[in-house]
Amino acid sequence: MSKLGNLGARLHRGEISYDFIGHRKLWYGISILITITAIVGLAVRGLNMGIDFQGGAVFTTEKTSVSVSQAEEYAKDASGHDAVVQKLGNGTLRIQIAGMDTQQSDEIKNKLAEDFKVDPEKIAADLVGPSWGDQIANKAWQGLAIFMVLVVIYLAIAFEWRMAIAALVALIHDITITVGIYALVGFEVTPGTVIGLLTILGYSLYDTVVVFDSLKEQTKDITKQTRFTYSDVANRSINGTLVRSINTTVVALLPVAGLLFIGGGFLGAGTLNDISLSLFVGLAAGAYSSIFIATPLVADLKEREPQMKALRKRVLAKRAQAAAEEEQAEARGESARDPEDATPAVVGPRATRRRPSGKRR
Amino acid sequence: MSWPPARRPGAQRPEREYEKVAAPKKGRSASAQSKPGRSLALILIAIVALTGGMFLSGHTTPRLGIDLAGGTSITLEAKADQGSAINKANMDTAVEIMNRRVNGLGVSEAEVQTQGDKNIIVNIPKGTNSKEARDQVGTTAKLYFRPVLAQEATGAAAPSASPSPSASGSSSASPSPSASKSGASGEKATSSSSPSASATTQGRAVTDALKADASPSASASASSSPSPSASSSSDTGSTADAKLQAQYTALDCSKKSARTKAGEGAKPEDSTVGCGEIDGVWYKYLLGPAAVAGTEVDEAKAVFDTQTAAGWQVTMDFNKSGAKKFADITGQLAQNTLPQNEFGIVLDGEVVSSPTVSQSITGGQAQISGSFTQEEAQSLANMLSYGALPLSFQEQSVTTVTAALGGEQLHAGLLAGAIGLGLVVLYLVFYYRGLSVVAMASLLVSGVLTYVIMALLGPAIGFALNLPAVCGAIVAIGITADSFIVYFERIRDEIREGRSLRPAVERAWPRARRTILVSDFVSFLAAAVLFIVTVGKVQGFAFTLGLTTVLDVVVVFFFTKPLMTLLARRKFFASGSKWSGLDPKSLGAQPPLRRTRRPAAPAQTKEA
Repeated sequence: MSKLGNLGARLHRGEISYDFIGHRKLWYGISILITITAIVGLAVRGLNMGIDFQGGAVFTTEKTSVSVSQAEEYAKDASGHDAVVQKLGNGTLRIQIAGMDTQQSDEIKNKLAEDFKVDPEKIAADLVGPSWGDQIANKAWQGLAIFMVLVVIYLAIAFEWRMAIAALVALIHDITITVGIYALVGFEVTPGTVIGLLTILGYSLYDTVVVFDSLKEQTKDITKQTRFTYSDVANRSINGTLVRSINTTVVALLPVAGLLFIGGGFLGAGTLNDISLSLFVGLAAGAYSSIFIATPLVADLKEREPQMKALRKRVLAKRAQAAAEEEQAEARGESARDPEDATPAVVGPRATRRRPSGKRR
Repeated sequence: MSWPPARRPGAQRPEREYEKVAAPKKGRSASAQSKPGRSLALILIAIVALTGGMFLSGHTTPRLGIDLAGGTSITLEAKADQGSAINKANMDTAVEIMNRRVNGLGVSEAEVQTQGDKNIIVNIPKGTNSKEARDQVGTTAKLYFRPVLAQEATGAAAPSASPSPSASGSSSASPSPSASKSGASGEKATSSSSPSASATTQGRAVTDALKADASPSASASASSSPSPSASSSSDTGSTADAKLQAQYTALDCSKKSARTKAGEGAKPEDSTVGCGEIDGVWYKYLLGPAAVAGTEVDEAKAVFDTQTAAGWQVTMDFNKSGAKKFADITGQLAQNTLPQNEFGIVLDGEVVSSPTVSQSITGGQAQISGSFTQEEAQSLANMLSYGALPLSFQEQSVTTVTAALGGEQLHAGLLAGAIGLGLVVLYLVFYYRGLSVVAMASLLVSGVLTYVIMALLGPAIGFALNLPAVCGAIVAIGITADSFIVYFERIRDEIREGRSLRPAVERAWPRARRTILVSDFVSFLAAAVLFIVTVGKVQGFAFTLGLTTVLDVVVVFFFTKPLMTLLARRKFFASGSKWSGLDPKSLGAQPPLRRTRRPAAPAQTKEA
């Protein structure tokens, strides 16, 4: 722990830091690249909607000794899709396969009859409609729209509109990436997937808000000093919460990774895959975007404000002056520095935040 | 029984919101007075009480959704005799309405889908009251308000049926049916004597809340009221009416087979016959064309009438056009004499109640009162709110189904989840050492609370846990853990600035608290909006999200923080033992005495 603890301490003091804001163009670029890939993937491959959304075919067998998992395999071989197999009370099997028309369902019926070693006439085939109908989908969109509006209003009040916009961009970024990867992998979209996406939506915003909260706290009195620009402070704020971000992400991702890699990979829990994949990608994207996209975006927007521009000018002027003085001093061979500058330098990066407490001891 | 108490959790929600709002205050006072023991005791008592409740109720596991536990599958077949065609649009509408009826709160995980051209499958998870569910999905719930043209008791009072045909000759002959009826039920007779006594008996369908003067419509009633008077008096000669009259005469409502057939396939714009039960006696009705339809009901609620002791009733709010039509028809009916000042509330062909009207009712509200039990009233209100099915359905088969996901998948999932949790614990121990005890205890408390509440919600509101919800709960672990990670990091920051542990714990709290509340509020907002707006599984998700978010706040405020305060007093933590996770040295705390000068941190020059 001591090393990690040290890392935390040094991040805290600003001895080490990564310049998230300075390198923002790099990360914007990476994100745009991933997003474009996702959108292209979505456009080219499309989403593979499951039976709950588009309906499909249902086959009912006669009373049979074939097991459910066996039937699942047969159905998958026959159709190439994942099948939902349920045993009914009277010993018959109900097999549901997504996205079938009558012709396809006839073919599969014959194949299934072969596998089950029964007469095709004994398998009843029918088309089923979606259980997740248009109404549910429409209401869900409506709910999302209302939520988005409310959350933007809330963030605009609790923080400011720039942060609200940045949070929204980060959210769209996360959802797009997740959906795109889903399209690329080609898993069937089930209600579980949608629930996973909604979970991500909540988590992405949550994580962004935690980072913004620290940003807001640190930039409270920013105009009252002339040492740091908004970007400097924003950068320090990210670094200050970096340990928390890493820890939270690890703790949130570990169980999902367990589901995805152990549950889905080794134990072969097929249906778990679709949920845990969307959760895994989404959580990772959510944690990434709060730090690499949302906060730099806020800094970008903020730096356009006249107030912040003025601050930046003052800060740069002061730095130039300090540099000039230093040069002069060095030229004179003296090491004395501006005494006013020395005190905050000890407190270091936290000068703006807690100057009083720094002076107290 | 999953839908009737649908309103109850709604009533609980504000309470939870209150908790959330109130929590900060309590937290503040706890941190101010430093009485952590009290909060801890409170939450432990809550856990014990909830767990006790769980064992008392006998539901020690959460109800599982159909994907995990299987359930019952009902196949319904549409019947073509209702006037509307069996087509895709009607079937889809039927699916939506059934879904809302059986899944009112969205947490019961029922599935409704079409099969083939004219079948609908309804899957309900194990443990649901399947008989009630069958009634709910199968009932058409076509509701009409029809003026009563004639009415009389059948069965025991059968001989008195003979006067009625003669009565049909003209509407003014109505006294005779009313007389026969009064013979059957004396109670009703009293109300017939004076129209103003309308609200007394079972027929209190009408709130006479508005004392609107009905007199302006007096002249209009006789001539311009086309539905009640015209059809019965003048058109007796027409064959259709004669046929109906014959039907009415022949109708014997005391026979069940006759009851189900009465008025079958009647179109709303035609007159029809129907049966209704009043105080155990079956009456037969001759009914005019529908004046207002159930589709014009905006919202219906089951209420218990404490004032008139009428028992459970269903109140309805009409939409605008419905309210106007209702005001018109009641205005007309008020001019007539008994029984033609009554209107029949006809639900799926049966007259559930036939109130008398004394004046025009313009409030846009109506009540149905019959001898409802609470369940019946709630079930009816539920059906009226979500609308009538466009088709009528017949139950074809009811069978059990196994889980859609195999049991091995669930086990694999649980095992994987457990391994993931184990890794989380390892990580926490590795990183936070002694502090991980606090983290794990908080996770444990939060886990126990979630489990117990979900188990209790199963029987209470029909909450069923499906696989996505299980995964959501796993993600919720991350969000819960984040709350105390935020807090821990704040404490460590304070220690790094040279504070000793006890002030550090108290100073870190207000800032951590704000972060936790602000971010949890966003999650709660998402949950609340989605819960209110959406239907079906999305609503179920919103419920789970809201529940875990509230629990997160509760656990952090009433458990993690007090526990931290208590532990800060222990020597092990306060002295900053190497294994406590709060060792100032390894955290890199600033030494209390600072040199006045130190090389400036290099970090600041990056911008230039």
